[in-house]
Amino acid sequence: MLGLGRFRGGVHPKGHKEPTRVNSILTNPPLPPMLYLPLCQHSGDDALPLVSIGERVLKGQKIACADGRMSANVHAPTSGVIRDIRAITMPHPSGLPARAILLEPDGQEEWVELTPPADPYAIPQEELAGLVEEAGIVGMGGAIFPAAIKLRQGRRYEIKTLIVNGSECEPFLTTDDRLMCERAEEIIEGTKLVRHIIEAYRAVIAVEDNKPEAIAALKKAAEGIGSIEIAVVPARYPMGSAKQLIQAITGQEVPAGKRSNDIGVLVHNVATVYAIQQALVYGKPLISRITTVGGDCIRSPRNVEALLGTPVQYLFDVCGGLLETPSRLLMGGPMMGQVLPTTDTPMIKGSSGLLALTKREVNEHVPDPCIRCARCVNACPMGLLPLEMANGAKRDDFDAANDAGLKDCILCGSCAYVCPSHIPLVQYFEYAKGELRDRRAETDKLALTKTLTEAKTARVEAEKAAKEAAKAAKEAAKAAKAAKKKADAEKKAAAKKAAEEAAAATPPESAGVAGESTDQTILTQEEEQS
Amino acid sequence: MNGPVRGASPHAHDPSGVSMIMLQVCLALVPVTTWAFYLFGWPAVFVWILCISAAIASEALSLWLMQQPYSRLLDGSGLLTGWLLALTLPPWSPWWVAVGGAAFAIIIGKQIYGGIGQNIFNPALLARIALLISFPVPLTTWVAPQLYPGFMESLGIVFANAPLSELGADGVTGATWLGDSKAFVRAGGDMQEYMTTSFSLSDAFFGYSRGSMGEVSALLALLGGAYLMYRRIISWHIPLSLLGTVALLAVIGHQANAAAFAPLQFHLLSGGLILGAFFYATDYVTTPSSRSGQILFGIGSGILIYSIRSWGGFPEAVAFGILMMNALTPLIDRVTRPRVYGRNRQGNAIKHVSAQRRVN
Repeated sequence: MLGLGRFRGGVHPKGHKEPTRVNSILTNPPLPPMLYLPLCQHSGDDALPLVSIGERVLKGQKIACADGRMSANVHAPTSGVIRDIRAITMPHPSGLPARAILLEPDGQEEWVELTPPADPYAIPQEELAGLVEEAGIVGMGGAIFPAAIKLRQGRRYEIKTLIVNGSECEPFLTTDDRLMCERAEEIIEGTKLVRHIIEAYRAVIAVEDNKPEAIAALKKAAEGIGSIEIAVVPARYPMGSAKQLIQAITGQEVPAGKRSNDIGVLVHNVATVYAIQQALVYGKPLISRITTVGGDCIRSPRNVEALLGTPVQYLFDVCGGLLETPSRLLMGGPMMGQVLPTTDTPMIKGSSGLLALTKREVNEHVPDPCIRCARCVNACPMGLLPLEMANGAKRDDFDAANDAGLKDCILCGSCAYVCPSHIPLVQYFEYAKGELRDRRAETDKLALTKTLTEAKTARVEAEKAAKEAAKAAKEAAKAAKAAKKKADAEKKAAAKKAAEEAAAATPPESAGVAGESTDQTILTQEEEQS
Repeated sequence: MNGPVRGASPHAHDPSGVSMIMLQVCLALVPVTTWAFYLFGWPAVFVWILCISAAIASEALSLWLMQQPYSRLLDGSGLLTGWLLALTLPPWSPWWVAVGGAAFAIIIGKQIYGGIGQNIFNPALLARIALLISFPVPLTTWVAPQLYPGFMESLGIVFANAPLSELGADGVTGATWLGDSKAFVRAGGDMQEYMTTSFSLSDAFFGYSRGSMGEVSALLALLGGAYLMYRRIISWHIPLSLLGTVALLAVIGHQANAAAFAPLQFHLLSGGLILGAFFYATDYVTTPSSRSGQILFGIGSGILIYSIRSWGGFPEAVAFGILMMNALTPLIDRVTRPRVYGRNRQGNAIKHVSAQRRVN
């Protein structure tokens, strides 16, 4: 077994963190002329709008309501007037449109009345989770998974270790770093609250050793609070991945197919913990976040605390504008971030960084054939065989790809980062995972159709039987017309009841099972990203 | 699936590249090669140039036949294969050995399998062995160092197959230490006697002996290997396990029967052992990918090399040992897969005590 603070493989990408690390967070940048608030800034279904066009809303007012367990509320980031509810280009590589609320700020910054609990420790933990849910908080490390679900899950397990993930291992990004430096006390308070909610035995804030200032600030803030440890972990990508961080902190591995809860561990990102603290102490919903505006194309890169829905272009302008046409626009870090189709898309809850990278920073090449150098094998933090996985995906042999480790792949990109042949390994994996997902959906659908058909046959037969019974009863009644009128009535009633019961035996249960399994898949994916 | 689409993560890449790796290996070969030029004169230079040009020409021919982009020529692998082949040849080889060997290495050894990354055997070693078996005489004609024929004379040696005896001096050609010692022991001699009378430790280490172009200087081969390890082109696993195995077996053999088995220093410093361990046994394509697999590969090669040297028909065993292990590489890769996170060696999820405490 590997010692504490370690995990297998990993890479040391060039940090590029210096330009944004040295500057303090820019708070309260000027209000943009319009905020674009997508109804889906989380892993579940679109939230349902609660406002109408032309309506004036206050800062912090709930303007869209979560629809379903995986969905999350959306709040107005400032006071203003709802101008439209329509499809806009989403911050996603596909550039597909999705619905958003357009809010024109009125510059008043007029808050809705906030009702924080007088003493969060005095009310039941379930209610605290409810407040987190109400505040629309999702995983801010990029996983955008509703935080309240994680808290409630945590309550169902005996959580030995709460890990607060401050190990921001992606190059360029320094939002967590700056947050820890400047708001260490809030993070400590938030950690205490989360620990209280899930009744964890131990709380560890894990920070990579390349963030000495943040470590010092957290240690100072945690002084005298014995229950919170600050753990310094080596800077190595992907230390911020939940599975690797859990191994580094606890020495345990999350068993394949299980979640960290199962081994008594819960991981939350520092920014999420900060948002939880803001919600439980001040009653503030999630309406802004800190994001790293970086890359060599940005004139003066820095961290900005911006309102959700602010257009990316506006934030670039706040940071001095672009020096050259970016070779690539990204939301998130360069290792796992997503390509932005345009700068017109808004910043959302999961935008940990907005990067405009130069050609040199991307360092893209036409792929060469694999030379079996095995750098990918050595870099893989999961112990997989990336070259074999890619070979399987290439020839559409997904079982072979799965066998070589695709099913355990966390898509961290370490393999593709080191590949001297510049083979787009992650792309092969995404493709194969997508195909497997489709295949699974198809199987699920077939199974559902089968159960539905079977249920229908059963129902039809039951109805037929009931009808025949009724007919027989009728005839019998005819024959014994004079004899027992009362008994006849009873028989009829019984037959009717049987028919009703048969009709009631339609199969919503199987649909429920399918829904559950989807949830499971999403939960597992979320684990991987947090 | 279709070709790559711009925009898949990661959006950063370390500065490595295939041609960069190949050129680094070539760079590491420069000291050994320069020494060979110094020691064996113009013929060695001609052989080296011939090997490399023929390798690149064969590569171009193959790419043309297979309708692949000529840009592949720039990956440096043809250059490296030609270079590695040259170092395995006798320094005064005739031109057709160099050209035929290089063409064989590239076409039969590599491109027939589908090009770079697809071959089973190390192309340079495969070509050397094919030459050795087909043309044993020119492949075992070892000239003494520092004879320095003139430029025109050298052209004659390489291109016109001028008889070496016409050069005048006696003892121009002879056997390498490995071959010589073997013959000596076979003829009833005592290995220990051979070691004291014929073998020179410092000559073997610094490189003043008969042998193929690359094998004479253990020191310079070691230097190149150290450079490759320092640049992280290769890891220590194969070279050290290979050398360690040969060393261990040499110690055991010599302890058991000093009259028949050569001592440790003789095994380590003679022949192409060090060159082979660092440059041929570490070929990415034909060796295992996992660390444990690489150690197995090194141990296996070491055992084979020692066995062939001690009991086999050919004294120069390094190429045979490595090639045989090349054949086992797919199998080794299968049995030495790394353990997957969250799973045991068998691939099942690791056991855990569920932390679930209450069901709502």
